Amino acid sequence: MSTLHLAILLPFVFVIIIPLLYKYTRAIHTGWIALLVPVTLFVYFIRYFSINEAVEPTIVSIPWIPSIGIHFSLYLDSLSLLFALLITGIGSLVVLYSIFYLSKDRERLNLFYAYLMLFMGAMLGSVLSDNLMVLYSFWELTSVSSFLLIAYWYQRKRSRYGAQKAMYITMTGGFSMLLGFIILYVITDTFSIREIIASGDSLLSHSLFIPAMFFVLLGAFTKSAQFPFHIWLPDAMEAPTPISAYLHSATMVKAGVYLVARLTPIFGVLLEWSWTIIIVGMITLTMGSFNALKQYDLKALLAFSTISQLGLIMTLLGVGSLALNAGYEEHSLVFAGALVAGIFHLINHSVFKGSLFMMVGILDHETGTRDIRKLGGILHLMPISFTLTVIGAFSMAGLPPFSGFISKEMFFTSLVELTKHSSSWMAIIPVIAWIASIFTFIYCMIIIFKSFTGTYHAELLERKPHEAPFGMLASPALLSILAIALFFFPGLVTTSILEPTVKGMAPQLFAKHSDWHTHVAAWHGPNLELLMTIGIIIIGIFLFLKIDKWKTPLFELIPKRLSLFTLYDKALVNMEKFATKVTKAYMTGSTTHYLSYIFGFMIILVLATLFGTGSFILDTSQDSPIEWYELVIAIATVIAAIFILFAKSRLMSIMGVGVIGFTISLYFVIFRAPDLALTQLVVETISTALFLLCFYFLPKMKANIESIKFKLTNAIIAVGVGLTLTLMGLSAYGYRVFDPIAEYFSESYKLAGAKNIVNAILVDFRAFDTMLEIVVLFSAGVGIYTFIKLRSAGRNE
Amino acid sequence: MKFTDVYLQTATKILVFIIMTFSIYVLFAGHHNPGGGFIGGLITASALVLLYVAFDLQTVREVIPVDFKKLAAAGVLVSVLTGVGSLVLGVPFLSQTFNYFDLPFLGKTELATAMIFDLGVYMCVVGTTMTIITSISEDDI
Repeated sequence: MSTLHLAILLPFVFVIIIPLLYKYTRAIHTGWIALLVPVTLFVYFIRYFSINEAVEPTIVSIPWIPSIGIHFSLYLDSLSLLFALLITGIGSLVVLYSIFYLSKDRERLNLFYAYLMLFMGAMLGSVLSDNLMVLYSFWELTSVSSFLLIAYWYQRKRSRYGAQKAMYITMTGGFSMLLGFIILYVITDTFSIREIIASGDSLLSHSLFIPAMFFVLLGAFTKSAQFPFHIWLPDAMEAPTPISAYLHSATMVKAGVYLVARLTPIFGVLLEWSWTIIIVGMITLTMGSFNALKQYDLKALLAFSTISQLGLIMTLLGVGSLALNAGYEEHSLVFAGALVAGIFHLINHSVFKGSLFMMVGILDHETGTRDIRKLGGILHLMPISFTLTVIGAFSMAGLPPFSGFISKEMFFTSLVELTKHSSSWMAIIPVIAWIASIFTFIYCMIIIFKSFTGTYHAELLERKPHEAPFGMLASPALLSILAIALFFFPGLVTTSILEPTVKGMAPQLFAKHSDWHTHVAAWHGPNLELLMTIGIIIIGIFLFLKIDKWKTPLFELIPKRLSLFTLYDKALVNMEKFATKVTKAYMTGSTTHYLSYIFGFMIILVLATLFGTGSFILDTSQDSPIEWYELVIAIATVIAAIFILFAKSRLMSIMGVGVIGFTISLYFVIFRAPDLALTQLVVETISTALFLLCFYFLPKMKANIESIKFKLTNAIIAVGVGLTLTLMGLSAYGYRVFDPIAEYFSESYKLAGAKNIVNAILVDFRAFDTMLEIVVLFSAGVGIYTFIKLRSAGRNE
Repeated sequence: MKFTDVYLQTATKILVFIIMTFSIYVLFAGHHNPGGGFIGGLITASALVLLYVAFDLQTVREVIPVDFKKLAAAGVLVSVLTGVGSLVLGVPFLSQTFNYFDLPFLGKTELATAMIFDLGVYMCVVGTTMTIITSISEDDI
């Protein structure tokens, strides 16, 4: 176990510690305890970071389930280091922010921070795992913790709805991803990403390789809220704002991006991979930025903006993966530039979006609303907040002097290059991206000016706005400084993160071009990209000024019932209806029906197997002759059975059943099985007592309402079951394929120190069976107990 | 509903002890002779049922203040922990072992871990059976 393993386990330890200590630490805000974790981990991970050189990739592994190739192996390279730093760094800031955001007295902070730590550990695990199965486990754990955090205010209906939606969608994707991983395992016989990459070309020829790719992509797209799976993200905004800032913009939704980046060396050679990502990314980018314009709730606006920005990053990774494609070999280094842009924008987006979410949280906290129709004119009341919002929003809009400008320019460069090197109709891609960027510019302006300038409506605000406390402003302020710093000094991350990450994403390519270096700078001279930005600013300002004129008519054009959100709700309702219908068709609530299903299936399955496979053998040559007293007992059993059929009262039937039980125990005596005989006798006694007890509750036997059809069905089932079991018994006896295991059991005195073989089998040789049997017995008992007690409790209310 | 059957009650008072003793014997004899935790448990349960039949729920509950649900749960726990115990010692789950010891009064006696496991089975069987029977009989329509 290395320190890296311990680093991942640390948050999980705090998941337990925080709730345990909660009672004793009520005096201080629980956030201060939780803050220890991300800060410690950030310090731990920053040690690997050096501005001038890349981290040396290391892999540490401890076996977990070695028999099927599952190892708890962790791989630290530039890509995972970047994510680890984002998770712990923004995690620290978010925890700090949440200390001031969440009230110590009103909220259940123990749960909040336990869930948050759970998420942090799971997220670190996802980005550091080298083993696909371990990655998958952590991946699903992030979905679970996200569910818990969205539903943190579970009293609200919208929170529960949002949490459920997020879980349905991301977990569906997760399952699909699991399928993809398993296919990869089938192809390469390993779960290790490193080893799969190393297996190289043998993958390409496999027919299942492309399906595996689509399954994996589905996982990435659902997690990163790509079209058409983006619909969960706006509803996830019901989570407390620190959570939205952390999970639903800066880290968790980037997991899909991480997965795409991590698996690019494997799938990047496929054109299908590149184009699927580019097309989905472009649609998401455009659709997200367009829908963001429609929103009045600032958080919903940010949600759509996150969707759109994730689409942008995805597109860049898609374009970049073309570098691995043989068809684009001569321009591969140009496309590698898109990968640089993608990773750089990922960093920038985490920085400015984290900051913006925190600012919206501050607005909400200080004014009591996030609705831009109510906000306005608070510029002079909250000047610091205004400044920080401007920095965040300008960075998002791609304006200098903020880091978003650089990555936006690089984005345009990549798309223009793509057009140059592909067929001419591709020119549509940069045009669409440009239009989407205009939308982005407009909604960034909305965030700033609709909430801070304009007329001040004190009567619409729930609270009297004033500047937020220092502690709340500290986190976004730090992120804003970073957004400016990265503009002036992009070299901070160029050599240390961007270059080695991109080299790691296309190892095949950079084996040939080992001297490649990237250069990220703010100023590229007056080129096409700069013109595009200037165009965006001019058109954007014009449209923003006229927004009231075109916004409402434009969105009225789109029918609401066609929206994916409505579709999801309808699908959910219809699925539930369908499931209810199917279930109600056979779950009738009648024991008679249930028993007939069980028996019917048994008859069909056993007889079909017995005769279908031709395994029925009747061999009586080995059997001993039937003695007269055995015959007498058999006749007694049959008489008792027939007696039950014609019994007029339940008491008589129970006695009949008792007789059968006792005669059977006689057989056990005759065949020298005292244990079984004893058990049978006691069971008979107890079950008779039970029957008599239940007696009191049963309705009167009514023979007259039972129709001929009902009786006939019962008769067929009864005869069928009897016949099946008899045939099975006879066949089992005549059929000796394997040596009987009895020889082994007869050694019981030597092996288990027991002279009683039956007991030795029960408690020693097959003790596992017995253990599970008593668990079943116990569950049945608890089941009956709860049924009866719950029914009584329900009646008393 | 309270009925008094003097014959039944007098007989029960004696019989219950005999049945109980027998059930304990069966439980411990199971290792070498017919018996074991399951049968022992059922016999104990039948003795208790006899008590319930002869007296009433309230009286029996006062005499034997055992929560049968907890007894059953404890039984499952004992059995599972026996299995876990072997993990602690570094052998596969539920490995049983036995040895011979010289005990005061009893002389040379065989002690087997399987016995503890069987005790768990016994407790679970008694607990579950009695839980079912008492909860049904306590229920009133």
